[in-house]
Amino acid sequence: MALSGIQIYKMLPQTNCKECGFPTCLAFAMKLAAKQVELGTCPYVSEESKKQLAESAAPPIRLITLKSNGTEVRAGNEVVLFRHEKTFFNKPGLFLRVKASDPGIAKKVATADTYKVNYVGMDLTIDGYAIEADGDLPAAVKAVREVTKRPLILVGGDASLLDSSLSLLAGEGTLIYAADSSNCEALADVAKKHKASLVVKAETLEALSDLTQKVQAQGVEDMVLDLGGKNLGEWLKLSTQARRLALKNFRPLGYPTIFFAAQNGTDKEAVYAAQAIAKYAGFVVIDTFAPEMIYPLLVLRENIYTDPQKPIQVQPGVYEINSPKPESPVLVTTNFSITYFAVANEVEGSGLPAWLVVTDAEGMSVLTAWAAGKFDAERIAKAIKGFDVASKVSKKRLVLPGHVAVLSGEVEEELPDWEVRVGPREAVDLPAFMKQALN
Amino acid sequence: MPIEIPKDKWPGNIRAITIGATSADGGTRAKAVTVGGGTTMPYLQFEAPTPNKPVIAIEIKSRKPEDWSPLLAEFWGEALADPAQWAKKAEETGADLIVLALTVEDGPDDAVKAVKSVLGATGLPLIVWGPGQAEKDNELLVPVSEATKGERLVLGICEDKNYRTIVATAMANGHLVQARAPMDVNLSKQLNILISDMGMPKDRIIMDPTTGALGYGIEYGYSVMERLRLAALQGDAMTQFPMLVTPGFEAWKTKEAKVGEGVPEAWGDWKARAIHWETLTAMSLVESGADIVVLRHPESVKRVKEAIEELMVAA
Ligand code: SF4
Repeated sequence: MALSGIQIYKMLPQTNCKECGFPTCLAFAMKLAAKQVELGTCPYVSEESKKQLAESAAPPIRLITLKSNGTEVRAGNEVVLFRHEKTFFNKPGLFLRVKASDPGIAKKVATADTYKVNYVGMDLTIDGYAIEADGDLPAAVKAVREVTKRPLILVGGDASLLDSSLSLLAGEGTLIYAADSSNCEALADVAKKHKASLVVKAETLEALSDLTQKVQAQGVEDMVLDLGGKNLGEWLKLSTQARRLALKNFRPLGYPTIFFAAQNGTDKEAVYAAQAIAKYAGFVVIDTFAPEMIYPLLVLRENIYTDPQKPIQVQPGVYEINSPKPESPVLVTTNFSITYFAVANEVEGSGLPAWLVVTDAEGMSVLTAWAAGKFDAERIAKAIKGFDVASKVSKKRLVLPGHVAVLSGEVEEELPDWEVRVGPREAVDLPAFMKQALN
Repeated sequence: MPIEIPKDKWPGNIRAITIGATSADGGTRAKAVTVGGGTTMPYLQFEAPTPNKPVIAIEIKSRKPEDWSPLLAEFWGEALADPAQWAKKAEETGADLIVLALTVEDGPDDAVKAVKSVLGATGLPLIVWGPGQAEKDNELLVPVSEATKGERLVLGICEDKNYRTIVATAMANGHLVQARAPMDVNLSKQLNILISDMGMPKDRIIMDPTTGALGYGIEYGYSVMERLRLAALQGDAMTQFPMLVTPGFEAWKTKEAKVGEGVPEAWGDWKARAIHWETLTAMSLVESGADIVVLRHPESVKRVKEAIEELMVAA
C-alpha cells in the first residue's frame, strides 16, 4: 500500500537542505506521497530508502505479461475489489487448453485462432493456448507455433521437458504451469533461464505464500497463483481472500491468479469461467472451443471490465433496423449503450422497419445528455445532416424521444424540411407508437 | 507462514423475508420460502454463513405468449396455454417459486381465475406481475390481492407510478410488494422509503433493482446490486431488502437468445448460446447479490441451481 507523507519523511535525510526545491524534507515527502514529484529530485536519499520506497510504490498485484511475437496478454495491476470503486483494468486472458497427445492439435488451434466475434464495434478473440504435456511437448509446441502467434501456457511439471520446449519459444513471455512444493526449485530454474512466468500452486494460502517467497528467493519475480479452489464456493473464498490480502499489500500473494474452468467437467465450464471473470482471475483456461460459449464469455469479460466512469458507448451513426425502406421512419436517440440497446431491441422485436440515428451524446442517456447540453436541437440536426439521412429516405419523418419533447420546435427550425414527431418516453412503448402514430 | 485473513465486520444485515403462507399461517401453500438474512457480501462464508440460499422462480404467463422463443416453446409445449399446467411443470422443473405474469388482454376476472388456478395446481409460493402498465396493473392486481388474502403473495410490479395502489392493497390483504426501480441505487432507496412511509411493514418488501442482460447493460445491474448490498451491510435500513431480478426476461429478449438465423457464425449454436445467455446473466447477478432470480428455460434453471448449491457449501 502507498506510504503516507510522514512514513516517507522518516526515510529522507531530514536535513532540510532545500535542494529539491522544497523548504523542508517533510514538504517534499508530502508531494511524494501525492505522487506529484519524483524521488530522484532529492540527491541525498539512501539506497536502502530508495529500495523501500520503490517497493511501496509497486502495484499491489504484480503485472504479468505473456507475449509472443504476435500479441500480448496482461494480468494484474488491479487496485479494487468491486468494479464500481474504480475499474478492473486487465481483462483475464482466455486460453484454450489443447493436448500434446492430440494428433489434431494444430488443426484445433488453427480453427480457434481464426475465431473472431464483433461486439459493439470491437473484435473479440481468444488470447492464447495452454498446451498440456501429456505427449511429446516440444513437438506439440512446434506444431502449435506453426499455426498461431498468440502467447502460450505450457502445462506440465517436468523441468527438462519444459526447458527444451521453452528453447523453441525464445524471446517470448510464456507461462509455465505449475510449480508445487515437490518441483519448485527445478521449475524456478527453468523459468529464470527462459524469462518465463511461473504458476505456483498449493492447497492453502499459507503454503502458497511460503512457495512464492521461496521461488522469489531463487530469482523469479513473475509468478501467477493457482489457488486450488475445487468448486465455486471454494474458489470465491480463496480468490476473495487472496485479492483482499494483495490489496492490503501482502506481497507473497501479490500476483494474478489462474483458473481452470473445466476442472469439474465441461458441463460446468461456462459457469465456472463466468465466476472467474467476475471474481478476480488473471487467466482463465477453458477446454472447449465452442463459439456459443466463448462469445458470451468474451462479452461478459468486456462488461465486467468496462470503466464504470466511462460506460460502453455505441458508435454514432445510422443503424438499420428490420431492413428499412425509404418510407420508414427515422428515430433519434443517444449513444449511451443501454439507451441504444433498449430502443434497438424494442424496434427490432416489433418487426417494424426504421432508421435509428444514434447521436454523439458522449455516452449519456437521453435525459442526462439533454440536461448536460449534449443532446439538443443543434446536435440532432448535425447528426441528421452529417450522416446524410435525407438521402436514405423519401419521407422525411423524424421521431424524437418523448423526454425531449421540448426540443421539437427548435429541431423544426434546424431541419425545416423534416416533419418532427414526438415519440414515447420509454422504449417499450415504441412499437405501439410506431404502429398507431406513424401510419 | 500463518496468514491473518482480512475479515469485514458489518453493522447491518439484509432482512430475512418469507414469501408464501402455509395453512399454519393462514394460507394454502405447501411450503413458504425465506430469502435474505445475509450478513456478508455474497457467499463469503468464512465471515459468516449464508443463512438462506438464493431461490429460482420460473416465469409463466396467464395466456399463451405469442412472442416467446421457439426454444422455450420446445420445452414447455402445451403447458404454455394453461397456467395451471405450466405452473405444475415449472414446479417439477425445479422452481422454488412461481412468477405468474398477467397480460393486457386479461380482465380482472381472468386475472383472479388464472391466479387461483395456479394456486390450486402448485404448492409453491407465488409472485404475481401485472402487465406492466400502471393503470392496468392496478386494475388487475387489486382484485387478485383481495381474492387471495393471507397467501403472502408478492405483488409486482410496483413502481413509482403505481406504488400507492399496490402497496395499499398488499397491506390490506397480507401480501408483499416487488419494488422496482430502474438500475439506480438512489431510485431504489427512494422507492423503498415511499413504500415504507405508507406504513408497509419492512418485512414485506422485495427490491427489484432491475438488470440488463449479458451484453446489454449487465455491468450496471451488477454494480448497482453490489452497491445496494454494501449499503445494506453498512447499515442503511432502506436498502436492507432481498433482491429479485429477471435475467430470464432480459436474456430472452436479446437477439443472441431470440434469433437463430441470419446471425454471425461466430455466435455458434443457437440453443446452446441462448441457454448460456440466460445462465451467465443469472450467474453474474447471483454473484452480485440476487436473492431471487426469475428464469425461463429448464436447462438454465438446472445450471443456476447447481451453481447455487456449490456456493452455499461453506468451504
Ligand atoms: S533535497 Fe532531500 S534532503 Fe534536501 S530538503 Fe529536499 S528532501 Fe530534504
